[in-house]
Amino acid sequence: MTMAKTMEPTRRSSSMKRTRRWQTALHYLILTVVALFFFLPVYYLIVGSFRPSSEVLSGLSGFVPTNLSFDNYAGVFDHLNSDATGYFGQFALVSIIVTTAVVAGSLIVNSMAAYSFARMKWRGKKVLFLLVIILTIIPFEAVALPLYYMFSGQRDTVVIQAIPFIANAFSIFLFYTFFLDVPGEIEEAARLDGAGPFRTFFQVIVPITKPAFATVAILTFLAQWGSYLWPVLMVSDPTARPLPLAISIFQNQQPPEWGQVLAFGTMFIVPVLAVFLIFQRWFVASISSSAIKG
Amino acid sequence: MTTQTQKIPSPAAAPAKRQSSAILTGHRFAGPLFASPALIGLAIFLVAPFVLAVVLSFYRVQLNSPRPARFIGFEQYTRLFTDPDLSAAFGQALLNNFTFALIVVPVQTVLALGLAVLVNRKLRGMVVFRTFIFMPLVFPLALTAVIWRLIYSRGDEGLLNAILGLFSGGALSSHDWLGSPSTALGSIIVMSIWQSVSFQMIIVLAALQSVPTELYEAASLDRANKWQQFINVTVPGIRNTLIFVALITTIFSFRLFDQVYLLSRSGSVDRGSTETVMTQIINTGFDNNNVGQAAAMTVIFMLIITVIAIIQRAAVRQRGGV
Repeated sequence: MTMAKTMEPTRRSSSMKRTRRWQTALHYLILTVVALFFFLPVYYLIVGSFRPSSEVLSGLSGFVPTNLSFDNYAGVFDHLNSDATGYFGQFALVSIIVTTAVVAGSLIVNSMAAYSFARMKWRGKKVLFLLVIILTIIPFEAVALPLYYMFSGQRDTVVIQAIPFIANAFSIFLFYTFFLDVPGEIEEAARLDGAGPFRTFFQVIVPITKPAFATVAILTFLAQWGSYLWPVLMVSDPTARPLPLAISIFQNQQPPEWGQVLAFGTMFIVPVLAVFLIFQRWFVASISSSAIKG
Repeated sequence: MTTQTQKIPSPAAAPAKRQSSAILTGHRFAGPLFASPALIGLAIFLVAPFVLAVVLSFYRVQLNSPRPARFIGFEQYTRLFTDPDLSAAFGQALLNNFTFALIVVPVQTVLALGLAVLVNRKLRGMVVFRTFIFMPLVFPLALTAVIWRLIYSRGDEGLLNAILGLFSGGALSSHDWLGSPSTALGSIIVMSIWQSVSFQMIIVLAALQSVPTELYEAASLDRANKWQQFINVTVPGIRNTLIFVALITTIFSFRLFDQVYLLSRSGSVDRGSTETVMTQIINTGFDNNNVGQAAAMTVIFMLIITVIAIIQRAAVRQRGGV
């Protein structure tokens, strides 16, 4: 580039074009290497899940898609066949129920609180909102152990796996920033039409702030689907295990059946990957909007 | 719904002025009512255990123990730093967290920036490349650890060793990445970056796209080349985002738990060099049922997080925004 500048106009354009093409080629090369770094572990997981266990851990041939079969998938279900081992379907069901409850609950509860803080007038609001903001810095890790101490009587229930994660200070804050942008005239119009606060919120505000709900839903889903620390503390009954805890125990079986472990992992992630591929734009948008606030 | 209500004639033109105050006059309790479910949840599941951690840290206490909890003042804290049985391990865990942060924060921030620049160009097929790079984002850490455990396997059956063996002509092909103290933490760092760098990258990418294009036009009129534009326009333009990313990565570094705990439970990782404050809290309070000791560790952990968060707020406030 710098060299091109000193050249005469006519030769300059053609040499610049050549540099451009080289740059583009280099760009593609780097992109390919980077994409491979991110994709190969995913490929290894999925291909390995269809190969005999003995061939999963076999150096570079672990990459070669030969001897493909569904045996490992059948093996996962054969292996997990009693209350002592838990059942794959049950792990998945626990994960789905807990995640759904947390996502749905947090959408309702946190959006209402945020709406109250952003748009309503009441005594003590400012102090409480400041408190919520301060609470955003406390990560779950900091309270996991005392929380386990408080609720050790509720171990192995599905309810206790979900309920601590419904109210979330950061989600309130995210909703709050979205609700601040809603023009006041909309609420005034609703009020003129005789709508009370509940109807105003659920029938007027919620429909026009869908991106806020999508953002919180996606971020909550990602955190909850992989939740591991809390189940480690609260779940010892195999039939109450969610998927992350279940795979951490399944991978320790002796002798190891790596093909089955990868089949388990594939069933764990492929539904999520599919949703991600369809709604990629939303995933990206929600992550970038989680950061503007700082 | 809206069409239906709009048919109802508005009560009168006169009270329109009082609109904004109608909320509190008509529904005095609506505000607290809306906020209370979330506030109650936060009080029970965040504030109460937080306070409890502080209280428990002054006691010798176990779960389901016949012996009653005994108040021992600051003994848990003093032991944590002076009792050689405890202080060595706790100091090592703190050191591991700091080492992790010291490496991951600069590396991951720079990588996030590099990746964002890399994909922030309109090229054919870019959507596909982006998709590949974003993919690990949806991977739970527990699953990530399982996959990478296989990649790092010792001996020549491990994927990483096989790849290195290929490039080195067989010279490097049997290292035990997770098992040896010198590479265990580094191996965990690489898998953690694999899983989470795209999160930071997306945040940086959004910032890149919000730098006004006029600034680049002005810079190129001033004959600034691509690199000069990057240093003088791009980096200052996204400075605050980079600070933000560096600080959330610092906090993530101290929360490090899932990968390390899972791998240490399966015995496939060197413990001493990878133990973190969080894994120690769980080992002490849960696995060994020494709740009071673990509570003291939790309080120290919380202090560290608070200091980082205060730095973050201060750094963000400096820009004059928010």
